[in-house]
Amino acid sequence: MIPAAFDYKRASSAAEAISLVGQYGDEAKFLAGGHSLIPLMKLRLAQPAMLIDIGRIKDLSYIKDGGDFIAIGALTRHMDVEKSALVLKEVPLLAHAAGYVGDAQVRHRGTIGGSLAHADSASDLPATTLALGATYVVQGPKGERLMAAADFYKGFLESALQPDEMLTEIRVPKMNGAKWGFEKFNRRAQDWAIVGVAAWRSKDASGVALVNMGSTPILATSVSAALKSGASVADAAQLASNEAEPQDDLNASSEYRVHLAKVLVRRALEKASA
Amino acid sequence: MAGSILGNRVLRKEDPKFLTTGGVYVDDLRDEPLLVGAVHATFVRSTVAHANITSIDVSEALTMPGVVAIYTAQDLGLQPVEASFNPMAKRTLLASGKVRYVGEPLAIVLTELANQGEDAAERVIVDYDALEILIDVEQAMTSSTLIYEEVGSNVVFESTAIGMPDNTGDALFADCEVVVKGRFVNQRVAPCPLEVRGAAAAWDNGRLVQWLSTQHAQGARDAILKVNALEAGQVRVITPDVGGGFGAKIDAYPEDLLLGRIAKQVGKPVRWTETRSESMVALGHGRGQIQYITIGGTRTGKVTAYQLHALQDSGAWVDIGAILAPYMTRPMASGVYDIPVIEVRTTSVATNTTPMVAYRGAGRPEATAAIERAMDLFALKLGKDPAEVRRINLIPKFLEPFTTSIGQTYDVGDFEGALDKVLEASNYAQLRKDQAARRASGNTKQLGIGISVYVEITAGNSKGEFGKVEILPNGRAIVYTGTSPHGQGHVTAWSMLASDETGIAMDMIDVVWGDTDLVPTGGGTMGSRSLQQGGAAVHQASKELVEQARKHAARLLEANEDDVVFDKFTAAFHVAGTPAVAKTWADISSALATDGGLVQESNFVSNGATFPFGAHVSVVEVDTETGKVTLIRHVACDDAGRVINPLILDGQIHGGIGQGAAQALLEEVRYDTDGNPITSNFADYAFISAAELPSFEVIHMETPTPRNPLGAKGIGESGTIGSTPAVQSAVIDALTHLGVRHIDMPATPERVWSAIQSAN
Repeated sequence: MIPAAFDYKRASSAAEAISLVGQYGDEAKFLAGGHSLIPLMKLRLAQPAMLIDIGRIKDLSYIKDGGDFIAIGALTRHMDVEKSALVLKEVPLLAHAAGYVGDAQVRHRGTIGGSLAHADSASDLPATTLALGATYVVQGPKGERLMAAADFYKGFLESALQPDEMLTEIRVPKMNGAKWGFEKFNRRAQDWAIVGVAAWRSKDASGVALVNMGSTPILATSVSAALKSGASVADAAQLASNEAEPQDDLNASSEYRVHLAKVLVRRALEKASA
Repeated sequence: MAGSILGNRVLRKEDPKFLTTGGVYVDDLRDEPLLVGAVHATFVRSTVAHANITSIDVSEALTMPGVVAIYTAQDLGLQPVEASFNPMAKRTLLASGKVRYVGEPLAIVLTELANQGEDAAERVIVDYDALEILIDVEQAMTSSTLIYEEVGSNVVFESTAIGMPDNTGDALFADCEVVVKGRFVNQRVAPCPLEVRGAAAAWDNGRLVQWLSTQHAQGARDAILKVNALEAGQVRVITPDVGGGFGAKIDAYPEDLLLGRIAKQVGKPVRWTETRSESMVALGHGRGQIQYITIGGTRTGKVTAYQLHALQDSGAWVDIGAILAPYMTRPMASGVYDIPVIEVRTTSVATNTTPMVAYRGAGRPEATAAIERAMDLFALKLGKDPAEVRRINLIPKFLEPFTTSIGQTYDVGDFEGALDKVLEASNYAQLRKDQAARRASGNTKQLGIGISVYVEITAGNSKGEFGKVEILPNGRAIVYTGTSPHGQGHVTAWSMLASDETGIAMDMIDVVWGDTDLVPTGGGTMGSRSLQQGGAAVHQASKELVEQARKHAARLLEANEDDVVFDKFTAAFHVAGTPAVAKTWADISSALATDGGLVQESNFVSNGATFPFGAHVSVVEVDTETGKVTLIRHVACDDAGRVINPLILDGQIHGGIGQGAAQALLEEVRYDTDGNPITSNFADYAFISAAELPSFEVIHMETPTPRNPLGAKGIGESGTIGSTPAVQSAVIDALTHLGVRHIDMPATPERVWSAIQSAN
């Protein structure tokens, strides 16, 4: 419960943070809100030798209208995403999902970029941004690159970020009035989801992503394909776990997770179709 | 009690501090002069569940920054000590020879700073020779691998071996028209006090002073004396604020017992505070019974025979948890019911798990859960309403002692009265109609209604309790008590009791506890005993103090003692008819300042245990597609006899219901097949929060006990005892129309869903 020893540096800009991480390489970890990393460090499941604190980089906390999309600075707190009038209007599914992260204390400290970069498939926002077809802006020593959420998640707590890269912005396409549903199934209010579903549907398209149904957030493409070809919500939901590789853990067997995914996808899509 | 403060919702005097600056716990004692320069203790713990220790290598750890010393059992020459309840089971306070559970302390690392300890402890290399790991009670009973070789069996305590009659099997039910059997798991849970364990030890002129987070300072003092082979008077235990115990801080642990010894060895004071992860494996656990029940009776619903065989998981030690089944579950086995024949056998079994201790209710919740589930199964088999079947079998209202067929005598009870109150308050008849409507409509959110009626035993220990009231020359009162608050609100309640007799204002009364120099004798706080024994002692001392003061006042007033009256309203003594010439408490205390002061000590001995009872109705919604349970209502009527402070009473009931509901729905300590704990933090262990609970509906009922002058019974555990089976039964009740008959606790979504699947 006491982390292993580490050094600490505070960066005042994204460029400085990237330069610092370039110096320390694999040994270094970015610290934003700390609500994913610090618990792992206390349990000694993560033991970075250097923490680069990016939590005070002010110009990475913003929510802007980017035209077709909403641009959210990586260091924007969950609570700001949840309460933002712009997000509520243009990407209400994301605002809603942000309100389910942890508890109120976590939402006041934790950041959207931190949550996504941590790449925990049990977290709500990786799957939600995946369902929404978000693009992540990544900054490295050689400049910026754009990455689709679908290309970002590589494995358990593993993203496509290089050690010297930093997630700086999340671009979430406007939903343009598409309806949506969000289902978080857990035992206690503040827990991670046993299974979660973020789904939206418009006249000719849909996006459905699953929380905690594999080592990465899962885009349920079979469900969207079925809907596109005219399947009913109930029938499409039966395909919920086609892309998933659910695991057994303390709270659920994989078999039960598959069942839950079907029920929850159906419920989310019923809301998105109402 | 017209004009009395007793019975009023007096705000807790403790709370301004707790809600603003916070309590001062062991780990907060930064300004204590005796602890200046203290080193920090970190315990190296076993990472395997069952193994022979082949070597402990501390050489690398000794080179780590800040390390002052490292001690193993061998270094300290620790000798095996006998378990309290089975002298054949012996262990050393730090494991030697073998380890028996993950978390067992093996060595102590002393460092200059607390954070250095964890790094150094990781470098202590322990080599093990693995043994068969026994996590499951029934597996441990039949295994030839023994956790304590000397015991000759993993059964460490057996009710039949101490002369309690054995069960006679199915023959008992030969005359029954209807017989139902069941196997229930009353799972292992973790007490989870918000303040983990902690202690600090310093030697002061040949005396050991130990600060300790405990429920019972005097008991800890005696245990520390014994371990250190010291003489009476050589140990002082001081209890700072304690952030919860729930029974798990009754007895001192090996870590507590060794601290003084270590402080002596190293020549410096020593501090120790465990981490939450440590606390989850090394603080004792509770419950842990597998219950085999048979219940039989007539087709009209009269139960005529009940049989229980409780297999108690003792964990890796034979602590108090191992003997609660024979001494607390067994006598309360038939609960509130008048059952002509009862048989109970209990078998306590050692396993490679954290030792079992007393946990809120300690043996009685297990008894209640078993009989209440049995009663539900019996009602279901008959196709009768569970409330009606209970009513048929309840012991009728009694105000004279009633002895059950297993031989337990209850003081007073009105079980049907309590049941009526909750049925009415919950609008039970309407709930059943709502349930029928949901069933008919095939709604995926089914309604379940659970009932429990319980009686429990509190303050069975009749050794007495210490109380003392001292009046200072400035008129302030100090109340000394042998009980020991760790969240309950003793300061308020004891002030009320003293104020009620002496007329001294609440804010002029201080309460002292848990310092063995100031309060040398005391039974601590456990088993819902405080008010009825410690409070009664304060009440008695206060009454006697008034009588004593009246004599002094007569002398000061130069009056005949019989003519002096005490005016509670002005808190002064005067000659009847001349109130203008009066002697106050300050006057009398000042007059006695050079004569030992104004002090009254008292030892209160009750006329026996008391038997709080009550009834709960719980309402849940079960999502039949996912198995998720939502607790939507909980109605509780808990009769704790005369109520001194309804605010504190409600607090105990609320907390009790929360903790009891948590056992029914969420909490379970689990191990993997290798004996590794997999629920050792609050992310994995499903400690309940307010978000999972509805507003509770609490109904008051007061049937005073004749066993103490306050008429008070215990309320600390009632909420837990009554709520667990009501919530569990509600879950099952929601699904009986689908063919579900039983679901073990905790009713996790997957477990509920699986029960629906297999019933279909």
